Amino acid sequence: MSAVVGTRTQRKEDPPLLTGEARFVADVGVPGALHLALVRSPHAHARIRAIDTAAAAAMPGVVAVYTGADLVDEWADAMPCAWPVTADMKNPPHRPVAVSEACYVGDAVAVVVANSAYEARDAAGEVVVDYEALPAVVDLEDAASDRVVVHADLGTNLSYTWELTPQPEAVDAAFANAAHVVKERYLQQRLIPMAMEPRGVCVVPQPFAGEYTIYSSTQIPHILKVMLGITCGLAEHKLRVIAPSVGGGFGSKLNVYAEEVLALALARRLKRPVKWIEDRSENSQATIQGRGQIQDIELAADASGKVSAVRVHLLADMGAYLQLVTPGIPLLGAFVYHGCYDIPAYSFTCTGVFTTKTPTDAYRGAGRPEATYAIERAMDALAARIGVDPAEIRRRNFITPEQFPYSSGAGLVFDSGNYARALDRALELAGYDKLRQEQRDQRASGSTKHVGIGLSSYVEMCGLAPSRVLASLNYAAGGWEAATIRMLPTGRVQVVTGTTPHGQGHETSWSMIVADKLGVPVDDIDVLHSDTAISPSGMDTYGSRSLSVGGTAVFLAADRVLQKARAIAAHQFEVAEEDLEFAGGEFTVRGTPSRSTPLAAIAFAAFTAHDLPDGMEPGLSETVTWDPPNFTFPFGTHVCVVEVDEETGAVEILRYVAVDDCGNQINPLIVEGQVHGGIVQGIAQALYEDAVYDSDGNLQTTTLADYLVPSAAEFPSFELDHTVTPSPTNPMGVKGIGEAGTIASTPAVMNAVVDALAPMGVRDVTMPASPQHVWDAIRAARGVTP
Amino acid sequence: MDVAITVNGVLRLDEVEPRLLLVHYLRDVLALTGTNIGCDTSSCGACTVLIDGESVKSCTALAVQADGTTITTIEGLATDGALHPMQRAFQENHALQCGYCTPGMVLAAVSLLDENPSPSEGDVRQGLEGNLCRCTGYHNIVKAVLAAAGQPSSSTTEVAR
Repeated sequence: MSAVVGTRTQRKEDPPLLTGEARFVADVGVPGALHLALVRSPHAHARIRAIDTAAAAAMPGVVAVYTGADLVDEWADAMPCAWPVTADMKNPPHRPVAVSEACYVGDAVAVVVANSAYEARDAAGEVVVDYEALPAVVDLEDAASDRVVVHADLGTNLSYTWELTPQPEAVDAAFANAAHVVKERYLQQRLIPMAMEPRGVCVVPQPFAGEYTIYSSTQIPHILKVMLGITCGLAEHKLRVIAPSVGGGFGSKLNVYAEEVLALALARRLKRPVKWIEDRSENSQATIQGRGQIQDIELAADASGKVSAVRVHLLADMGAYLQLVTPGIPLLGAFVYHGCYDIPAYSFTCTGVFTTKTPTDAYRGAGRPEATYAIERAMDALAARIGVDPAEIRRRNFITPEQFPYSSGAGLVFDSGNYARALDRALELAGYDKLRQEQRDQRASGSTKHVGIGLSSYVEMCGLAPSRVLASLNYAAGGWEAATIRMLPTGRVQVVTGTTPHGQGHETSWSMIVADKLGVPVDDIDVLHSDTAISPSGMDTYGSRSLSVGGTAVFLAADRVLQKARAIAAHQFEVAEEDLEFAGGEFTVRGTPSRSTPLAAIAFAAFTAHDLPDGMEPGLSETVTWDPPNFTFPFGTHVCVVEVDEETGAVEILRYVAVDDCGNQINPLIVEGQVHGGIVQGIAQALYEDAVYDSDGNLQTTTLADYLVPSAAEFPSFELDHTVTPSPTNPMGVKGIGEAGTIASTPAVMNAVVDALAPMGVRDVTMPASPQHVWDAIRAARGVTP
Repeated sequence: MDVAITVNGVLRLDEVEPRLLLVHYLRDVLALTGTNIGCDTSSCGACTVLIDGESVKSCTALAVQADGTTITTIEGLATDGALHPMQRAFQENHALQCGYCTPGMVLAAVSLLDENPSPSEGDVRQGLEGNLCRCTGYHNIVKAVLAAAGQPSSSTTEVAR
């Protein structure tokens, strides 16, 4: 049987999703379920003076109406933040339903429980809340000044300051001796993740058994189970969390949300099933948002453009509360602000700031897109300063292949890479020299349309993560992953994984890995996941960790299955284990092809246990929990070609070339799909998306009519290639690819936009580079004040 | 109000509230949960169904407005255990990831090819403008629709599973 790994195998997940058979949370039917509707604050900041629920309670179909004060006894603990990044980090008390003060528009202040979703909605509109409006604080620097304090009890909006400067003297010396210092400020606008499926939760209680089944549209059923137990004061072993089909996450479902906790508490209180399905406007306000940073970056370089130091200071918008990993998100970028360059001296500082806005948290790439954006924009600024081509400035600074494993100035060890090779391939694919010539010709022609060419070379740290490294960052969980492989008596195989896919195709990829290891057809393998009763142990899916950590656990579990199977086969043939070879799903006595047995026969022998070696346990099922020794560091170069119309400010993407290296690929079809989707999300930040708040803290972009998630019409088809530099961190030599496209594309596009406008003196355009922002930048460069 | 709607070849007679959205009728009354809801402003297209052969966002229509029509939902597209050519093209080209937008996207694509059997890439991109996908970057969706356009529309293939 030829190898499956490395082939473009179609996904086994697809038929149910293509036919409507798949079940998302909203599709889970539970007889007698009650429906929740949340009453949410229309004020960014307000004291709750009184809530009158009488009219709502009298509405048809209403079972109960609760305020935050009615529910305080339900909570054994506050809403969880699992990443206290510093010992003195300030974390305001956060209840699922606010008790005395609402701190962002969308903060829940009451909940209606009714027999139908329509009735719950109707009644929610009848809850009368007497608010005393308090001042909002929206702007990040304004918030950092403490002019208005979000949480009066904290006395400040500054949650924490976290610093990573291993050698301060080296940084100071590098800047003192630099021929060029580039100092840039970049703004990372807030983004709304907008998974196509809004969130939802359905809790089914068995009151006399004391058990609860929680269906949630979550990326993290295992973590959620622990946190629900702690927050609601329920015994964890009585909770079962099921993530059914999940319609995208991108980090936004890597969280523990008020509605999940609330649904569980109300199912306990009312002894009835409880269901809540988020609508899109709620999703934009009550689901976490991403990015939201002011980045100050400085590079010190010699006359040739060789960079010797990077110094970064961030202000990071936490929003009104700290959600599950809110404070740690900027730290995920803290180690990669030097990009793929050999920059020995490193300094990073981040201050987390509260504002009266929706909390931020992980959004695709989480910290690393921001870091890559800053260094890639700054490298272009440096290239412009010393008058060399952006490709050349990158070549002069790349970490070279001989330097791997590379100890970075920030303190990580990069596993493997060949950055110049990916750059060269991308330039070749793009026809870079010809593009530059065309650009020169167009500029000479005096056209009001301007072609811009943007490069972005990136490296990211992903595959979260070595547990000891997470411990050093005060992350409250480990980074391991579990897998069980169970040979069934008929030779079919069950793979149980602790990873929890929501579009990434793990069922297919994990089957491919096992198919090659065990010599079993892909279709004879089932992958079980996302149900804590079936897969009790796991750390879930985020941070491009599933393949390099969870897939490796699967790979190693297959090794263990083979090890035991070999012992059984050796016993049956009465030969030494070394005398057996395993290929094509069969054990054969070396040199005696007639003496062979398929793995399925060994599985059956292990099941009957009639003739096993003395002392061996029956069954052929093995579990591995794997803690990776390091992150993985995928990399690549993307090239974007845009055309900007100086008269309208419109930006059109003419071409997009991506060369990525995620080590060995299990399924190139899936890898490419991840890259395509990532590129579009990154381009969306560059050109379209922006969570706009007015000065009173009202979110202006609460629907998909206002928040511009781009459609197919906005893009060309993409031109992809890859290089292969295996990772030495895991036995398959794989690296993550889920976030790479998003990390690479935003700076590639913005470098292209700025490149297009450079002859007019434009050095920066505020993201998203909408026609308005482009036009503003052109006018500012011409000295026209807005 | 009474409605008579033929859904996936079956005549349904129901009494519905006047304000009941068509998408809720399909999902909650008929238990056809393959039609997903992605927004409240008819922006995303996840709830797209075919009404008398034309693609319509079912979150924007009331059930009573569909009285007397013939509707195809995603559950009605595959016949006799065989995927529709568009569904097959989506699988072959990896045109779906999480699958939430997929039912609406597939039906919009079927409607697009009905109106324009030989579209250019630009036609496909413009034609699917009303359907948002957050996972695929559209690249493979466009590829799938173009691939489906190259096939005889009568061909079906067994479900590959």
